[in-house]
Amino acid sequence: MQPFELITVNSIPDAVKAQAASPTAQQGAQVRFIAGGTNLVDYMKLSVETPRQLVDINGLPLDKVELESGGGLKIGALARNTDVANHETVKAQYPVLSQAILSGASTQLRNMATTAGNLLQKTRCVYYRDTAFGCNKRQPGTGCSAIGGHNRMLAILGTSNHCIASNPSDQNVALAALEATVHVTGLKGDRATPIADFYTLPGSTPERETVLEAGDLVTHITIPPLPAGTKSLYLKLRDRASFEFALASAAIVVKKNGDRIEFVRVALGGVGTKPWRSLEAEHALHGKTATPANFRIAAEAALRSARPQSQNGFKVELAKRCLVHALTQATA
Amino acid sequence: MPTQNDDSSRPMTSLEKLSRRAFLARAGAAGVVTATASVAAPKASATSAEQQPSPPGATIPGTVPITLKVNGETYKLQIDSRATLLDTLRETLQLTGTKKGCDHGQCGACTVHINGRRANSCLLFAAMQQNAEITTIEGLGAPDKMHPVQAAFVEHDGYQCGYCTSGQIMSAAAMLHEPWGPSDSDVREALSGNICRCGAYPNIVAAVQSIRQRA
Repeated sequence: MQPFELITVNSIPDAVKAQAASPTAQQGAQVRFIAGGTNLVDYMKLSVETPRQLVDINGLPLDKVELESGGGLKIGALARNTDVANHETVKAQYPVLSQAILSGASTQLRNMATTAGNLLQKTRCVYYRDTAFGCNKRQPGTGCSAIGGHNRMLAILGTSNHCIASNPSDQNVALAALEATVHVTGLKGDRATPIADFYTLPGSTPERETVLEAGDLVTHITIPPLPAGTKSLYLKLRDRASFEFALASAAIVVKKNGDRIEFVRVALGGVGTKPWRSLEAEHALHGKTATPANFRIAAEAALRSARPQSQNGFKVELAKRCLVHALTQATA
Repeated sequence: MPTQNDDSSRPMTSLEKLSRRAFLARAGAAGVVTATASVAAPKASATSAEQQPSPPGATIPGTVPITLKVNGETYKLQIDSRATLLDTLRETLQLTGTKKGCDHGQCGACTVHINGRRANSCLLFAAMQQNAEITTIEGLGAPDKMHPVQAAFVEHDGYQCGYCTSGQIMSAAAMLHEPWGPSDSDVREALSGNICRCGAYPNIVAAVQSIRQRA
């Protein structure tokens, strides 16, 4: 592991100032915030991340989960995954988020990992993890070894000729379906970004994954209140029953009026280069009756733009069935 | 490394041979992690001739002074900032009950308790745990005074080679205070972050359930 300097900050401005010394907040950042460390330390051991300085932000007052006065929830960047998943309001009002978090990693990791760390979780693409191979995300211009290589786990939606890495998070799929907002503070002050606009597609710059700029610190996320009577759930399909990343997953937020779907939000995991909100599925479902035939139409719409690789063609049908099954359960 | 006594052609017994752990402790004594002083000395010190304390006032470049609280005792150490809690426990404090398996948070052999919650010590930098109450398997129980989970693992034969066992036990002990349901499948899910290559899972589940049903 490359040597680094570890500093501790006790204020948000100090944190912003420290990270702003790095030319970027994206891949190759020379200064990294560290909180839980579950993802960053792993990648530092693999020399995928080589920061010169780590900024320990665990002392910042950003670990609360709070109800907002106008309804909705505010989750601090440093709130541990375990604490969010087991929070009474999350379980009662946003079960999709609790289920998604608990379906990921292990208890040990969830006890350490934070909300913002999970938000910025890096891909598990084996070529990104292995510095012996070319990877445009890790080292721009070195090619994508996954295209034509081991790509069974990788993305079929949002890919480019430069990168097909999948976003591995479960939490972020639930947050996409819940239309969360990511709150960031930085050199230019505070700003709020809808999660739909927070992640960027790889295109020709896969080393950039989010809209974060040098100095930016995620302070919290907010989740709007849901219409009364809304149900939500997370369904995750994977190679083994626990402690495994998704091959395909679906987050559903839905409200019926009689037999008809009055309100619905759909996001897919395991298949996209970012947490994959499917407006196509939502449009197909809105106002329709909750029937298997209509669910299948929505699933076809959600995967219409899928571009499978040499080993992950099975994900197209798997994601469709995952979505149909999740919709069936959520509207039962 | 000699395999025979100098004054005898008689082969050494295995007990007479230098133990693997003692050999590794000496071979690794010139490593990056150096304990300069401890408020309470480690119980099992492996200090050897090569492991000289640094001269007063001198610090090895890249090292940082830290204070760790482990199993109720406070240690003042000078460590490489890259040292994980796992390596610091094992190589500096000689608390070798905590095991290194994958070193990437995937196997759970390194599980310890941080402020009462279980965590993978291989993914924690020791220098970031200075305000934490750290508990290792050595602090959970002792052979003559076993923690109920340790006793249950003995009773139910919850291991074969034993390498994952301390991590399994630390996870199981923490699980008792976590919100899980009563079934065997809850135990399997709760302990999915602890991999057992021998496949002692049925006995591990039986051991953990025997404690939960007694509680």
